[in-house]
Amino acid sequence: MALLGHACLVLALIVCAYGIAVSIYGARSDRAELSLAGRRSVYALAALLTVGMLVLEVAFAGSDFAFNAVADTSSRTTPLFYRLAALWSSQEGSLLLWAWLLSLWSSLALFLTRRRLREVASYAQAILLGFGGFFVSLMVFYADPFATTSPVPSEGDGLDPLLRFPTMMIHPPMLYSGYTLCTIPFAFAAGALLAKRRFGPHPPGAANRRSASAGGRDPIPQIDGEWIAVVRRFAIASWLLLGTGILLGASWSFSELGWGGYWAWDAVENASLLPWLTGTAFLHSLMIQERRGMLKVWNVSLALATGTLAIMGTFLVRSGILDSIHAFGGATLGVPFLVLIALMLAGSIYLVVSRRALLASAHRLDSLLSREAFFLFNNLVLVGLAFVIFWGTWFPKISEALTGQDASVGVPWFDRYTVPLALILVLLSGIGPVIAWRRATPRGVLANLAIPVAAGLLTLTVLLAAGVTKSPTALIMFCCAAFVLGSVAQELWRGSRVRARASGQPPPLALFGLIARNRRRYGGYIVHVGMAALFVGVAASSSFQHVTQLLSFSPGQSARVGAYTVRYVRPTAALTPHDDPTHTGSTLNIGAVLRVTKNGRYVTTLRPSEDFYESLEESQGSVGHLIGGQAVSNVGIDASLTRDLWSAIQPEIDTPRLKRIIKVGNETIPFSRPDEGLFAIDFFAHEYLQHPPPAQFRLEDSPLIMWIWIGGLIVFAGGLLVLSPSPAALRRRFTRPVSLELARELKYRELGELELDYGTGKLSRADYEATKAALRAEALEILDRLEPLLESPTGSPTGQDGPGSPASDRPKPLPGLLQQQDGVPDEQQGEEDGPAVEVALHQ
Amino acid sequence: MPRSANPPRVFEILGAMNPARKRTIRLVVALSVAVLLASALIYTSFNADSPALTPSELLREAQPGRSYQLTGTVVLGSVRHEDGVLHFDVADRATGAAAVPVAYTGTVPDPFREGREIIVTVQKDGTGYTGEPNSLITKCPSKYTVAPPSEKQNA
Repeated sequence: MALLGHACLVLALIVCAYGIAVSIYGARSDRAELSLAGRRSVYALAALLTVGMLVLEVAFAGSDFAFNAVADTSSRTTPLFYRLAALWSSQEGSLLLWAWLLSLWSSLALFLTRRRLREVASYAQAILLGFGGFFVSLMVFYADPFATTSPVPSEGDGLDPLLRFPTMMIHPPMLYSGYTLCTIPFAFAAGALLAKRRFGPHPPGAANRRSASAGGRDPIPQIDGEWIAVVRRFAIASWLLLGTGILLGASWSFSELGWGGYWAWDAVENASLLPWLTGTAFLHSLMIQERRGMLKVWNVSLALATGTLAIMGTFLVRSGILDSIHAFGGATLGVPFLVLIALMLAGSIYLVVSRRALLASAHRLDSLLSREAFFLFNNLVLVGLAFVIFWGTWFPKISEALTGQDASVGVPWFDRYTVPLALILVLLSGIGPVIAWRRATPRGVLANLAIPVAAGLLTLTVLLAAGVTKSPTALIMFCCAAFVLGSVAQELWRGSRVRARASGQPPPLALFGLIARNRRRYGGYIVHVGMAALFVGVAASSSFQHVTQLLSFSPGQSARVGAYTVRYVRPTAALTPHDDPTHTGSTLNIGAVLRVTKNGRYVTTLRPSEDFYESLEESQGSVGHLIGGQAVSNVGIDASLTRDLWSAIQPEIDTPRLKRIIKVGNETIPFSRPDEGLFAIDFFAHEYLQHPPPAQFRLEDSPLIMWIWIGGLIVFAGGLLVLSPSPAALRRRFTRPVSLELARELKYRELGELELDYGTGKLSRADYEATKAALRAEALEILDRLEPLLESPTGSPTGQDGPGSPASDRPKPLPGLLQQQDGVPDEQQGEEDGPAVEVALHQ
Repeated sequence: MPRSANPPRVFEILGAMNPARKRTIRLVVALSVAVLLASALIYTSFNADSPALTPSELLREAQPGRSYQLTGTVVLGSVRHEDGVLHFDVADRATGAAAVPVAYTGTVPDPFREGREIIVTVQKDGTGYTGEPNSLITKCPSKYTVAPPSEKQNA
C-alpha cells in the first residue's frame, strides 16, 4: 500500500512538471490543445492525490502502524472517528491534505473556466500546478506521508488528546480549503498579468474601433468582466471557508481548552486572519473595478498579497518559526517555504510593475462622497489592520533582526490598535450601504443616515440608562452595531417598498424578491449584520466577563461568579465508558457537579471534568501509565443567548492516598494484565469519590458570547447568498462576447441600483439624471459592440445560439431592446437588474 | 450642505488648483499620514515588547519592574501548589542549566507538566520571579511531530 502511495506522489510530481510545461508552452504558442493537456494534468493531479489520501486514510482506519504517520499520530485506542482525522495532525499528512485540497479546488476553478480566458487560465493552471508541485515535492523529498518502518510497532502514540474534539474533523480541512482557495485568485491575477491582458474597460473610442474590425483573432482584448467573474467567485469562496475555519477554531478553543478564551493573538491564529483581512478588502475594491474600471493595480496587488499571505500562513504553521500555542517541532520545511514566498513576492512585484500600463484606471473618483470613496476607506482600514497584525505577529523576528533581541508584543499591544480599527470598520459597514455609487448628495446621505444614527443613539441612551458604563469601547461598539442594523433594516424596508410599488407585489413578497434578485447587494448587507453581531459578542464577552479562579474548592463549598452562586455539589469519577458515543479514548474521567443559582433560584447544573489518557512511558508503572498521559479538560458550559456560564476543573490526583493506590498497583500488577490495571484505576476512582481532595476550578460568566457564533452563522448565510449562482450566470453561454455580455448585465444592474438609490432617496434628481444619462450611454455602447458579434457567424459559433437562447434573439439597438425586455419574463433578464430596469431604460 | 459665504482661504487655493496637482497633494497627505501612523505603531511595538529570554539569560540580565518572556522546560520534581500559587522551576531547553523559580497564578493549560516546554511572562520579584496571571503557554509536544526524543528514550 505504501508503494501505491509513493507511486502516486512520484506520478503527481511528473504530472505537475508536464502540466506546467505544456500550459506555459500552450499559452505562449496559442495552442489550445496544449492548454487542454495542462488542464487535464490538474485533473490528473487531483485524481492521484485522491488515491494517495485514500491509501493513507485506509492505513489510519486500519491502524497500519507500518506507516510512520499512523504510528506517530494514531493508535488502536484512538476511536475510528479520530483515527480518520489524525491524518492531518501529522506534518506529512497535513501537507498531503493541503496538496489534495489545492488540486480539488484548482480542478473546480479550471473546469468552470474551461471555455473562458484561455490564455490566462493556461498561465493560472501552470501556477497552480507549481503550488501543487511544490507541496508534492516537499512530500517526496522532505516529509513522506507514506514512509514506513520495520519492524512494525505494535501500538502507535495515539492522537494528541487535545485534538480529540469533533471540530478536528472539519476545522483543518476548512482552513486549508480557505488557504488553497486563496491561491486561485493569485494564480488568475498573475496569469492575467503574464498574458498581458488588458484589465478593465478601454477608453470607449479605442475599444470601438478595435471591436469594429471584429473578424480578428480576439475581438475583445480585455478581460475585465470575465476575469472579475472568475476571480470574484473564488475569492468569496476562500473568504467564506477561511472565515468559517477561523471561527470553528475559536469555538473549539472556547469549548474544549481549559482557558476559557477564543482568541489569543497567537501567531498561528494571526496567520490565518491576515489573508482573510486582505481578502475582505479585495472583495470590496473589486466591486469598484467591476463598475468603474478603477483601482486595478490595487486589486491585483491585493489578490497577489492574499495568495502570498496564505502560503505564509502555511509556512508559519509548518516551520514553527514563531512561538505559538500551536507548537510544532522540526523546522525542516522552513527553507523551501521561504524560497517559495520570496519567489511569489518577487514575481508579484515584477509583474505589477512591468504591467502597470495595462492596469491604468478608466475613471477617476467622481466624488469623495460616494460609495467608491467609502470602499476605498474601508480598504485602507482593512489593510492597516492586516499590517498591524502582520507586524505584531512577526515582531519577534523583526526585533531579533534589528536589535538582536528576540522579543514579543503582548495582547494589550494588539488590542490597542485592533479595537479602534474594528470600531471604524463596523461603522463603515453601516455607512457604505446608504451612500450611492458615483456621487451622493450630502443632503441625501444625511437623510439616509438619520434612522441608523437614531438607532445608535437610542442604544446609547438605553445602555447608559441601564448603567452599562464600565467599558466605553464596548459601548461604542454596541452603538455602531445598532447603527449597522438600522442602516441595513432601512435599506431592506425602502428597497422592498420601491419594489412593491413598481411590481405591485405585497411587501413581504417584494422583500423576498428584492433579496433574491439582488443577491450580491443584500447578501453583502446580511454579512455586515452578521459581522456586527459577532463584534457585539466579542465586545460584550471581553469587556463584561466575570472570572472566578478557585484554587482549592471542596465539595459543599460555594463561590460567586458574576451574579451567580456556584456550589460544588459532589465529585464524579469513573472509568471512561468505551461505549460512550462521545468517547475520545481516555481511561479515567474525574469531574464535578456544580449547582448554579442566582438570587437563590436554580439556574443550571454544570458538569466540568477532566479526561486522563494513557501514556506510553513504562517508567510510570503498570497502573500509573494508564492515566499518566495527557490530561484534557472537558469544559462544562451552559450556553444561552444572553450569557454563557463556563466551568473547567483541574482535579488534584497527587494526594498521598491516591498515590499509594498507584504505587501498590504498580508493584503488584504486571504490564501484561491491563484489565487488572484498569481494576486498580476503578478502585482509584472510588477512593477519589470517598475522599475528594479540593480541586482547582475556573468559572466564567461571559455575556453575549453566543452572538459570536450566531454572527458567524449569519455571515455564512450571507456569504452563501452572495455566492449562489445567479440564474443569469447559469444561463450564460460561453460564447466569445461573454465579456461584453457580462458588461451588459453589469450595466443593467447598475441602472437598477441607480433606480433603487434614487427611489430610496440617496440621490438628488440632478445627480440621478446625470448618472442615468451616463449609464445609458455606456449601455448603448456595449450593445453597439455586442450586436455585430452576435449577428456575425464568426462571433457566435454554431450550436451556441439555439432558438430561445438569450444571445440569438438579442435585439439590436437600445429601443428594440427595450421592447423586447418588456416582453421577457422577469427572470429572463440579468440577475441583479434591480426592480426597475425596464423603467430606467424606457425613459 | 449649505456652504458658508466666505470659505476659508485654504479652500480657495485648493479650488483654484488644477486637478492633477490636487490629486498629488491628496496623495502626499495620505501617504504622510500612513507613514506617521506606521511609525507610531512601530515605535510602540518596541516599547511594549517583552524580551524573550532563556532562563540563563534571564538570571544574567533581568531587572526588576520589567516583563520578560521566559521560554524553557519545567524542571522535573519542581512543581508544587502552595496556597493557590503554582510554583515551578524553569530551566534551559537545551542544557537543563539555570533553574528560574517562578510563582504563578491563573490558568494552567492542560498539557502543563514537568519536563514540558513552556512560555511564561515573568517579572523579577526579589530573588524569585512572579508569573503574570494567565500568561502561561504550554507547547504541546506531539501535535505535528513525534514525541520528543527525551520521551522516546524513557519509553
